[in-house]
Amino acid sequence: MDLKELYREVILDHNRSPRNFGRLDPADGSAAGHNPLCGDTLDITLRMQGDRLTDLRFEGQGCAISVASASLMSEAVKGRRRDEIEQIFGDVHALLTGRESPGGRDLGKLAALAGVAEFPARVKCASLCWHTLNAALAHQQAPVSTE
Amino acid sequence: MSARPAVALALFDPVRVRAEFPILARTIHGKPLVYLDSAASSQRPWAVLRAVEHYETHCHANVHRGVHSLSQSATQAYEGARETARRFLNARSTREIVFVRGTTEAINLVANSWGRSQLKAGDEVLITQLEHHSNIVPWQLICAATGATLRAAPITAAGELDMAAFERLLTARTRLVAVAHISNALGTVLPVHEIVRLAHARDIPVLLDGAQAVAHASVDVRALDCDFYAFSGHKVYGPTGIGVLYARESLLASMPPWQGGGDMILSVQIESSTYNDLPWRFEAGTPNISGAVGLGAALEYVESLGREAIAAHEHGLLELATARLAALPGLRLVGTAAQKAAVLSFTMQGVHPHDIGTILDSEGVAIRTGHHCAMPLMEYYGLAATARASFGCYNNAHDVERLVQSLQRVREVFG
Repeated sequence: MDLKELYREVILDHNRSPRNFGRLDPADGSAAGHNPLCGDTLDITLRMQGDRLTDLRFEGQGCAISVASASLMSEAVKGRRRDEIEQIFGDVHALLTGRESPGGRDLGKLAALAGVAEFPARVKCASLCWHTLNAALAHQQAPVSTE
Repeated sequence: MSARPAVALALFDPVRVRAEFPILARTIHGKPLVYLDSAASSQRPWAVLRAVEHYETHCHANVHRGVHSLSQSATQAYEGARETARRFLNARSTREIVFVRGTTEAINLVANSWGRSQLKAGDEVLITQLEHHSNIVPWQLICAATGATLRAAPITAAGELDMAAFERLLTARTRLVAVAHISNALGTVLPVHEIVRLAHARDIPVLLDGAQAVAHASVDVRALDCDFYAFSGHKVYGPTGIGVLYARESLLASMPPWQGGGDMILSVQIESSTYNDLPWRFEAGTPNISGAVGLGAALEYVESLGREAIAAHEHGLLELATARLAALPGLRLVGTAAQKAAVLSFTMQGVHPHDIGTILDSEGVAIRTGHHCAMPLMEYYGLAATARASFGCYNNAHDVERLVQSLQRVREVFG
């Protein structure tokens, strides 16, 4: 078990200075995420143009993995179409659970989350933002939970 | 921690005690295990493991049933464990000792039996802000069912019960006081003698949640004069899935059964049944016999070490760990009561408790992180989570040093 694999410099950097932190008002979609086991909370607001996500902000509190994952996600999905976002989520999910990316695509900075796969207890920390984003894209009103 | 006989201290040998817990010999991620999560669940000594093995390999059958030898040996083992629990708590009679799954079930029993038959609209149940969820949710459920109201006495910033506010909340409407003996999240030892005195002066019965107390303090239900006392086996070096509800006999005798089934009856007709005597009236179905045997062995083990000696040993570790942790930059201790058990809840500036937990685990140090099943308490402090190191009889000063070293490692990783 290698801590440096989990807490890579990119993760620590995005935890220290999260990108796209805050709230959009007005927003076209929003959702609240909650990991009841560790108390992590995450609020996502986003703007859409047709099928394309044009802007996104997140706020809340959580561990380094959950904050960095949300920050990295925000950079990766901005400007993308829904189907592209779905594809990236699939790739990230494969990465977090230690499987090969379905299409063998390059995940860019998101690849820094690869170390999480070695820490099963932390997979939920990294995936909370993605579940919350899905809910925001679906205009889901009820809070999503990792449980 | 009153004056202790020197002889008890001389007999307590931390090196020998540690060697009696086989799991502590293993490594975690290649490093010797430092187990600092006894408040969540303690480890078991050989004495418990062997007692359970002996029961399973020589004595098992159903209890209170057949005339065959094994059924009698199982009954003897099970009822023997009840007598050990009675002696451990200094209860008057084994009729006051009900075996349950754990503290949670014990409190649910009292809520569903005593609470359902006694509480009505306008009545109040008084707890505190620092309770474990298991001493909150059963009361919420029974209050919702009966129309009673749940009140919580506030705490101070140090994590102590605000006694003046507690006394103000004891009113003509209060029907029951239910409080922790020791806080699981902070380690605060509550002034339970005073709590019982104040409640009894108003004829209000008192339930004490002793989950955190039995392994770390002497518990004498007659000296405490409490009406209910609940604890779990796995927090006092025994197995999971077994615990004890002590209930004052006069109260227990007036309480209706809460679960029906075999063993809790004397005779059954289709129309009605005659219930069994105390305490079996509250033990429907085949009980956790081997668990009870293991619990009995655990209580005997604690008695053999000496509860005062364990408390003194752990208090020394608490003082050492408090001093060492307080000296770490950016570390804040949460819960600084004057009377504490060996539990240290803390936060580190700029580092989430879960990251602390993961880094400590990589160093072989096991602590708990999160809300500790005490979310109203966390809300009081405005925290989503803390890191918590909790000590048991098998810990030593070296464990404290390993904790401090691994916390320094957290600083290295997070800068």
